[in-house]
Amino acid sequence: MILCVVDADPLSLEALTFARRLGDDVEAIVFDGADVDGYVARAHRVGLDEYAPEAWAHAIIDLEPDVVVAAGTDRGHEVLAHAAARLGVALAANCVDASVDRDTLLLTRQRWGGSLLEEARLAGSPKLLPMAPHAGGAAPPGAPAEVEELEPSITDEHLRVRVVRREEPTAGAIRLDTARVVVGGGRGVGSKEGFEELEELADLLGGAVGGSRVVTNLGWRPHADQVGQTGARIAPELYIACGVSGAIQHIVGCKAARRILAINKDRNAPIVQRADWAVIGDLHEIVPAIVAELKRAS
Amino acid sequence: MRVLVCIKRVPETGARITLRPDARALDTSLLGFTISPHEECAVEEALRLVEAHGGSTTVLTLGPDAAVEQLQNAMAMGIESAILLETDGDEWSAEATASSIVDAVRAQGEPFDLVLFGNEAADSGDYQVGVRVAHELGLPCVTGIKGIEVADGRLTARREAGGGWEIFEVALPTVVTVKEGINLPRYPSLPGRLRAKKTQIERLTPEPRGSGLELIRLVVPVEDETEVEVLGTGADAAPRVVTVLRELGLVAS
Repeated sequence: MILCVVDADPLSLEALTFARRLGDDVEAIVFDGADVDGYVARAHRVGLDEYAPEAWAHAIIDLEPDVVVAAGTDRGHEVLAHAAARLGVALAANCVDASVDRDTLLLTRQRWGGSLLEEARLAGSPKLLPMAPHAGGAAPPGAPAEVEELEPSITDEHLRVRVVRREEPTAGAIRLDTARVVVGGGRGVGSKEGFEELEELADLLGGAVGGSRVVTNLGWRPHADQVGQTGARIAPELYIACGVSGAIQHIVGCKAARRILAINKDRNAPIVQRADWAVIGDLHEIVPAIVAELKRAS
Repeated sequence: MRVLVCIKRVPETGARITLRPDARALDTSLLGFTISPHEECAVEEALRLVEAHGGSTTVLTLGPDAAVEQLQNAMAMGIESAILLETDGDEWSAEATASSIVDAVRAQGEPFDLVLFGNEAADSGDYQVGVRVAHELGLPCVTGIKGIEVADGRLTARREAGGGWEIFEVALPTVVTVKEGINLPRYPSLPGRLRAKKTQIERLTPEPRGSGLELIRLVVPVEDETEVEVLGTGADAAPRVVTVLRELGLVAS
């Protein structure tokens, strides 16, 4: 049986689609009361009060799956890493593709945040496959799933690491990883204050502001705003990259963007080569001009 | 408290990745090497915790003799002692790496109160060595952490989740994997560099072990060719930008 780990994260839907590509016998183990109707015929729902990675891993192992697929999230990777450690089997992190080859799986996984791919063979059982983020689309729902309540024998040991409290995001704040538009700034923005123009453009478009690693290392933006291999992976409709050169560590963070508009002094900057549209020149003239034009048009 | 930081030596890739002819590893002949970014933050966090609470710091890596460079860089930042698990330079699996670290930790006379890792290495992105080490040592493990506080033998850890934070509490000893952003690492100091050069590094030679994950080959992905359309130069391009935004349905028309 191919088991897909599902929680409230929207990337879970990508994992369900990925799991269905591997075979027909797909079931879901559902945490956080997520909805899997249409994706699987059978689901096991686990009622746990709070996220506890070892308890999730325990519940997954209890179902004795042959293959486990999880979303490309912190949780997906963490839970399957616990399962791998407990069972003493391999774990193929950041998977983007897999196919069955007799007793093994042939798979492709990301390295270097996706700027390099590894083709590998995975043996052993169960086969544990956390996906890379944004590695596949979500299929449309079909028929409702038959849901069975699962009561795994959770002990205190499984709950020694668990979320004890949470701090909710600021109300109304637009999240970088789910924003429709991201306005990103690089070294070319020049200063912390230089981001005010980018903020204004993002506000007008209902988007979020991001920055390159240089920008967060210089303290111009908080690290939570970083787009790249060591920061957020974004997937907006449009990424407006202002004064960003486009190092590969940054590109892997924004390559799931549907479209890129680069604003850069250098016509030959790597980001311009990757963009759909470009405006060449000083971003501190161009961004305020776009803001003014948007205000005039509205 | 006694803190161990496990780091990885990784190449500093340039604008594009070049592979060896056998496609089993990067061609690093023209590249410099560095401590993987999340792990550099783990080094900084170890220093800050020991500065605040007292104790000792040790850095460990598994890699070739050349990885002495990264151990010395960590010591130049302020780490007191170093352990090299020396290999012939081939990449080791996550399972073999974790088992070797566990053996080395057990071989140390006194146990560690805190073992720090980076959340995932920049090159292999395996996301599991810290978790495996914790399991083998029977310790709890929190991963992806961007804030640590220690008080009364307990550790509170913060992880970004959905734009907010989720907070974990565990008793020491524990394993924690951290992410860049938990701190801004300090630069190595000159006296630190001199001291690092003089510090004897403990060397162990672990035995390689097999893995269920077998590398077939590495592939540099083919980039989608996009034909960039230059909308103009300078502020004069603004109306055309707004036209594009409108066509994408991102502004009311």
